Amino acid sequence: MIQFNNVKKTFRRTEVLKGLNLNITTGDRIALVGSNGAGKTTMIRCLLGEYTFDGEVLVNGHNPRLERQIVLKDIGFVPQLPPPLKMPVGQLIHFSASLCGSDPQEMIHVAERLGLDFEQLKSRPFVKLSGGQKQKLLISIALGRAAKILILDEPAANLDPDARHIFFQLLAEKKDEAVMLISSHRLDEVAALVNRVIEMDQGLVILDDRVEDEVDLDSVLKTEITIKRVDEAFTKAIKLWKFETDTDFDTAGLVWHGVVAGPDRLRFLGVLSRYAAILKYIHMEERKNA
Amino acid sequence: MKHLWLTAWADIIESLRAKWFIVYSGVFGGIVVLLFVFGITESRIMGFTGLTRLLITYIQLTIAILPVFVLITTVRSVAGDREAGVFEYLLSLPISLSAWFWGRFLGRFIVVFLPVFLAMVGAVIWTAIKGADIPWVLFASYTGLLLAVAWCFLGIGMLISTLARSADVAQGLAFVVWLTLLLFLDLILLGIMIREGLPSETAVAISLINPLQVFRTAAMVLFDPQLVILGPSAYIILDNFSEAGYILWAIAYPVLLGTFCASIGYYVFKKGDLP
Repeated sequence: MIQFNNVKKTFRRTEVLKGLNLNITTGDRIALVGSNGAGKTTMIRCLLGEYTFDGEVLVNGHNPRLERQIVLKDIGFVPQLPPPLKMPVGQLIHFSASLCGSDPQEMIHVAERLGLDFEQLKSRPFVKLSGGQKQKLLISIALGRAAKILILDEPAANLDPDARHIFFQLLAEKKDEAVMLISSHRLDEVAALVNRVIEMDQGLVILDDRVEDEVDLDSVLKTEITIKRVDEAFTKAIKLWKFETDTDFDTAGLVWHGVVAGPDRLRFLGVLSRYAAILKYIHMEERKNA
Repeated sequence: MKHLWLTAWADIIESLRAKWFIVYSGVFGGIVVLLFVFGITESRIMGFTGLTRLLITYIQLTIAILPVFVLITTVRSVAGDREAGVFEYLLSLPISLSAWFWGRFLGRFIVVFLPVFLAMVGAVIWTAIKGADIPWVLFASYTGLLLAVAWCFLGIGMLISTLARSADVAQGLAFVVWLTLLLFLDLILLGIMIREGLPSETAVAISLINPLQVFRTAAMVLFDPQLVILGPSAYIILDNFSEAGYILWAIAYPVLLGTFCASIGYYVFKKGDLP
């Protein structure tokens, strides 16, 4: 579906991509990881036809630079940093849908599933939304159309746990029909979403590996946690995951219940690891959907 | 074509919400209001009073403000959009580069021309309400000149925006271009150059290819058809062009120059890295 053949990109004298070779097929859900300057964004921009380069990039046999409209019609893109667009939310949706030949209602439907109140937001300038709202809207535009390739640059970074869960569900609905390329600095952020990991460093692929993808994107983990003593920092952190504590006087602040989206388990455990010293008991039980 | 208009409309909406547009509109609207407030329509210059007098003053002020305003706002917003990631995102949507570039050009043109034009229209409406005569030929000629000069500097601005990779560099370049054109607007400088041996034809040619000078001279022609103000050089203009011919040149040349610059800008944009 996507081929990178010996792709080289140089900015002035700095070679950012040094002969990239990749073959990506339908069904691939790829974590594109690497430190700053590894070449992830440059690779994405080459795929989007935004950069000139040496070598060849083909998307279903088409050159994204020369056949932009054919290629980009199939690509949904969520950038890491939302653009500071001043146009109202409603217009951005209609503008994007018109260019993509999509139904704006589909995008609005996705936005509402992610928790955005479209009616309330449609007249507000995009740039005035909060970071999370911007991210949700860009995800809605990317997923609310018939995109066969999803390029997501740190897509869930600004989402709250509920929205992350819906986002994972949306990805699950597309996982068999689309290629997903999810860029992140940290593998644990996206590990559970993907079935392939590509690590880049200094313009080269240094790791290209299949990974276990038994995690159901649509699943949730019913979780119970007991801690040894009430801790203010832990309480603050666990409440961000929408956990609730017992109301009994004896266990209030000590026993916590909540739900974690399946693909978020590693990230959640990463948060818990910071409080390992006060953890007494953890129980996680996987269930299909919330 | 649909994508071109979509982009133009999106650019108009973006600009209408930008601070620069509020300042820009305020300046031109404010000029007309101030001209009325200070009673410029009642004063007299070379026999002109009323709306004619106001339009003459307005066009002279516009020469000083419009080109630099159009240049700076265009390069800052276009190059700024590229730096801020607007290009990266919007160009990931399936739109052709020509529809994107020319759509933005068109949208921006409407945005920079309309406030200047509407300020004049406001003056005409006010004059009509007062029951005074409206010089329609002068109004149409000034409209043509303003349209041409806005188009010209927008084209130059788009070219600078595509050549410069950052908003700061683009702004610096725009200033240099404007100051260079302003420098050759100076008749004293041209006089010194002629005294130092520059052929007078070259000096005339410099004046004829400087869009600022062309605009300025055309504005003079409209209220001083014999170009008494210019002295002997008026003969070259009137002998070679005639009054109507010069106005035609003053409209056609900047439009062509702006289109040429924008076309080079588009070529550079299409061939290079987009964001």
